[in-house]
Amino acid sequence: MSMENRPRTTTALLLAPAGVIFFFLLILPSLVVLVYSFGERAPMGGYQPALTFSNYLNLPARGKAFVNTLTLAPLGTAVAALFSFPLAYFLAMRCSDRWRSTLLIMVMAPFWTSQLLRYYAWIMILGSKGIPAWLAMLGFGDIQLINTPWAVLIGAIYAYLPLMVLPIYVSLEKLDRRLLEASADLGASPWRTFRQITFPSALPGVAAGSMLVFILLMGDFVLPLFLGGGKVFFIGNALVDLFLQSRNWPFGSAVGVSLVAIMFFIVFIYMRFVLGSSGTRRVALV
Amino acid sequence: VKNKPFIITKRDFLRVAGTGLGAGVAAGVMPFRPQPARAALSGTVNLVTWPNYAVQENLDSFSAKTGVKVNVIVGSSTGEFQAKMQIGSTGWDVLVANNLSVPVFKQLNLIQEIDTKRLPNFDIGSVGKRYMGPGLVEGKVCGIPKDWGTSGFVVNSEKAQAPTSWKEFFDLAMGPLSGRVIIPDEQLSAIGCALKYFGYPFGSVDAKQLADAEKLLMQVKPHLFAINTDYQPPMRNGDAWLAAAWSGDAMQLNRDNKKMVYGFGKEGNEIWGDYYMIPQDTQNPDAAYALLDFLLTPENNKKEIVFTGYASTDSRTDALLPKEILDNPIIYPPSTVPFEFNTSAAMIDAGRAEIYARFKAA
Repeated sequence: MSMENRPRTTTALLLAPAGVIFFFLLILPSLVVLVYSFGERAPMGGYQPALTFSNYLNLPARGKAFVNTLTLAPLGTAVAALFSFPLAYFLAMRCSDRWRSTLLIMVMAPFWTSQLLRYYAWIMILGSKGIPAWLAMLGFGDIQLINTPWAVLIGAIYAYLPLMVLPIYVSLEKLDRRLLEASADLGASPWRTFRQITFPSALPGVAAGSMLVFILLMGDFVLPLFLGGGKVFFIGNALVDLFLQSRNWPFGSAVGVSLVAIMFFIVFIYMRFVLGSSGTRRVALV
Repeated sequence: VKNKPFIITKRDFLRVAGTGLGAGVAAGVMPFRPQPARAALSGTVNLVTWPNYAVQENLDSFSAKTGVKVNVIVGSSTGEFQAKMQIGSTGWDVLVANNLSVPVFKQLNLIQEIDTKRLPNFDIGSVGKRYMGPGLVEGKVCGIPKDWGTSGFVVNSEKAQAPTSWKEFFDLAMGPLSGRVIIPDEQLSAIGCALKYFGYPFGSVDAKQLADAEKLLMQVKPHLFAINTDYQPPMRNGDAWLAAAWSGDAMQLNRDNKKMVYGFGKEGNEIWGDYYMIPQDTQNPDAAYALLDFLLTPENNKKEIVFTGYASTDSRTDALLPKEILDNPIIYPPSTVPFEFNTSAAMIDAGRAEIYARFKAA
């Protein structure tokens, strides 16, 4: 082994554990899923080999799940970003050092209890004895929140807010304050400084947070199950049903492959155009 | 028939919450393997059952007596059990699932014949024929009855009039009780009740009858409060007033609130049993037999019955049960109520599975 080769060998060795994990637990299973998606359901459920496109042709049977997911996931992401930005801005730019760590811990505190318990709490809050009872007292009549898309949306914003706040906070915190002073010295209004300096600096954080929240929401099945009560159906729920209840693995695989394809497409478009036009460095993202 | 998709997902979620979605899926596919049996009665026995369906006191006494640790794995539906065993390497030693799954699991070679000679505390003669029958596959014992129960509906009598038929149940759901009715998230029950609306059998796999049931389910869906197996919280909370329900849940609801009444449809209702089975690839058969024998001992079996609220199949256990359980019409319904077993064909039928999946996805 020559000296020149050693660094490459070292690199390869250091990368090997992650490479092996990715190969066996990501690439290989993905190929299995792809192959299964062209198969047939065995008579008693499961998979039997075949070469058919019928699973893909049957996708419209789950159209509603795709529509629900593709509406509520982006909407939840957008609202979460809207809510998170002022909070992250306050934490990074306005908050005193004494309070900052306390408040940051409070942002993360919900993660310390089971998501399950928190969803059960939301079932109570959104149930007829919770917020709807308060609204009824204010004269809004009999409003049902639980088991509606609204409940799922509220749950999504609540559950994923910290994942959005933290990346935005991190990118704002890195912002060089001297740029703000320079901007003010050069006569820019506070709004213009925000628009041309603060906001673009925060964009990588917004983008990272949005991707994180969007991708997790697209695959979520627990949230719609709990707060949608089986009436708001996501692709994730379709997958659980197809693999565990009706045991139609080939069709489940086709739905899974389609979900991944849609996500790739959306993430690609997002990275390419949204970030490309923002003028920020894309390296900061991934 | 007692399937609980809702609960398993919670479990799955707990996995997911800690380790991320990918790891969660991996954990679902590859549950940890138990320690292999070194000598007789050692290591761990993995008991797979429904949520809230095993008495901890019994498991603790078993561990204290034998030194075998009992690891309880909670599952949601027979479909899920089947899927996981078909994938293999479950490490499961004792499985509790319904009457319909016994012949299916045996045919798929997922469970083994049970040697009753290794169960000295079990007496096949004291089990009613009605209950032992579904545990036999080609005359061989493959499942041992744990308990039996029925499906009917629970109504909050303070808020609504109890239906007397499945036809009334669905008509109420689409009419005066719109937004207040729950159907459990389970193919056999949901489609079964809808079939009964037309007077068809619960276990029908007839295409025309299923098409009628699907049409009804699609019509009723917008009127339902939820499609959810965890119907106790919304019933207790007053969000829902009527739910198609299993007798054990009905007993628990009625125990805490006498306004919760269990009723049956006059067209017919489902009766079902849960059975102990031993998976084909158990790593610790000695401990599996020991645990089965322990749980089937009448004194211990009695505790299971008292805890779960489902009826006993063993006359020796019946003799030990308190009068208030034997006389409880929710647990032991009057003989005038029409009951029928569902069919394994309905459980594995691809058409029913797809109809149900469409109903859920609509």
